[in-house]
Amino acid sequence: MSALQKMMGWVDDRFPLTATYKAHLSEYYAPKNFNFWYFFGSLALLVLVLQIVTGIFLTMNYKPDAELAFASVEYIMRDVDWGWLIRYMHSTGASMFFVVVYLHMFRGLMYGSYRKPRELIWIFGVLIYLALMAEAFLGYLLPWGQMSFWGAQVIVNLFAAVPFIGEDLSIWIRGDYVISDATLNRFFAFHVIALPLVLLGLVVVHLVALHEVGSNNPDGVEIKKNKDPVTHIPLDGIPFHPYYTVKDIVGVIVFLMVFSAILFFGPEMGGYFLEANNFIPADPLKTPQHIAPLWYFTPFYAILRAVPPMFGSQFPGVVAMGMSIVLMFFLPWLDRGKVKSIRYRGPIYKIMLALFVVSFIGLGYLGLLPSTPLLTIAAQVFSVIYFLFFLLMPWYTSIDKTKPEPERVTG
Amino acid sequence: MKRLKNFLFLLAAAPVLAFAAGATVHLDKAPINLSDQESLQRGARMFVNHCLNCHSAGYMRYSRLQDLGLTEDQIKENLLFAAEKPGETMKVGMTKADGKAWFGATPPDLSVISRSRGSDWLYTYLRSFYRDDTRTTGWNNVVFDKVGMPHVLWELQGEMVPVYKKEGEHEVLERLELAKPGSVTLAEYDAMVGDLVNYLEWMGDPAQLQRKQLGIIVLAFLAFFFVVAYYLKKEFWKDIH
Repeated sequence: MSALQKMMGWVDDRFPLTATYKAHLSEYYAPKNFNFWYFFGSLALLVLVLQIVTGIFLTMNYKPDAELAFASVEYIMRDVDWGWLIRYMHSTGASMFFVVVYLHMFRGLMYGSYRKPRELIWIFGVLIYLALMAEAFLGYLLPWGQMSFWGAQVIVNLFAAVPFIGEDLSIWIRGDYVISDATLNRFFAFHVIALPLVLLGLVVVHLVALHEVGSNNPDGVEIKKNKDPVTHIPLDGIPFHPYYTVKDIVGVIVFLMVFSAILFFGPEMGGYFLEANNFIPADPLKTPQHIAPLWYFTPFYAILRAVPPMFGSQFPGVVAMGMSIVLMFFLPWLDRGKVKSIRYRGPIYKIMLALFVVSFIGLGYLGLLPSTPLLTIAAQVFSVIYFLFFLLMPWYTSIDKTKPEPERVTG
Repeated sequence: MKRLKNFLFLLAAAPVLAFAAGATVHLDKAPINLSDQESLQRGARMFVNHCLNCHSAGYMRYSRLQDLGLTEDQIKENLLFAAEKPGETMKVGMTKADGKAWFGATPPDLSVISRSRGSDWLYTYLRSFYRDDTRTTGWNNVVFDKVGMPHVLWELQGEMVPVYKKEGEHEVLERLELAKPGSVTLAEYDAMVGDLVNYLEWMGDPAQLQRKQLGIIVLAFLAFFFVVAYYLKKEFWKDIH
């Protein structure tokens, strides 16, 4: 026995190192037919790590103080060695996080990855998405520009629309009557400590649940149904390491090329990743002409605006916006289809999914624009389609003519 | 309830505000060329001589002008009027209160003005002042109506006066005309403003020259790494069918 083996034996007697490595990497059997859409899970993990590491370095020079915050960001951009790189990585990473997460979620919709027995994976995933939205919202206040300030003002005011307790609730959240230094301090605390802890914890349970039941695949068939009689290894499964580690490296490089192209040549991404108005220091006395949230929130913002105020209250819009996310949790039970994957679904589901995607992107686009009567009607149509995708799902998935699933995964 | 009302007002007012924002004038394209070091140096001199009396650039250090090919001695001798050492930031003596009292609004800090306004807006704005005796400064601006800032560069550009045309009931501004020539021609003035805006564009993000150079190296490295990783993946996956 070599010295290394001896040392591993010593560790394994005290900590399940080899067993963990086997269970999650070298003997975790993933379906061999993963396609392009299966890159985004590992990419989301990569971006999470990027955000945490760059975030740590940013906190070394950032000042969570209403008087100093804006200047400290410019100090990072100009005077801190490589500060501009760290800051742009963090700002680009925030938007790219949502890009990969949206693609990751769309993969789940296409291949029915939320279906039994993966309901909890999906629910943990939606919780991650919610935590991510909170994290992004809190972080956007920190540069203390006009959009930081007024975006936060609008969103916190949504809580004021809650009947009876709304006004007190919004003051409790802000710690003041308006967004102020007190708000900035608490948002900073939540952004750098509370939410990252929640996110990491949720990512761990998301992965633990995934590795318990095993990954779905583009055919939506369970590879554990066909095991080798002797080894009990799924016939269509391959060890995650080395097969998917080497494959994901390719995905990571392609992703980093896109990421770098944005970061080095257009970090504002035409105003979508960094807004022009956010280069004006926050001014509580000067409301910007047009307040729009960052692109990844705009679908929900459009739903909020699409619902007209009722009984003099904006609360129905807030409820609709909340429901548009809450409904996602119920997806595993709303879907009554006989098959999981879009490959074997009938035409109705395909059309509904296509309409859903069009509505989501349409809402996202409309959320960026100032609302006009015509655009509001468009947003209302898209919102109705968005909700019908979920609410009618039990019906249209059960009447849809599906094709038979294959026994084994196809190429 | 008041907050809610404010919010509702905001929602209700959004289309009106958008219309106000949408009704902007045509902007001329600024001649931005960050690789033109001489233009950036001329722009820096313009900035220090003309802008830095009222406007600060509080996040920008004089010493950073070395990125534009200037030596520390050159900066000290030619550009350091309002500061003692090149390591200082570009501050102004005028207080915020003075600025507000004299111009109606504190002149904004210009460090990142190119990032909030955009270089095209700045280029057009600086060339769109005209005589307007109804204003206390005697000047107005096509892209920024009733602006508090007087035409600081009038000695260079000269005096422009508005030419109106009738459009139905209303008289609308058609164009500006040179009434009294300045010390340079209009074409020369445009070029000077072009240099200044080029400098402002650079100052908004002074690391951008270095950033773009580094970006090419990073992408080249990733492209090479991609080829290696691709064939590595292919080699490992040979036995998977």
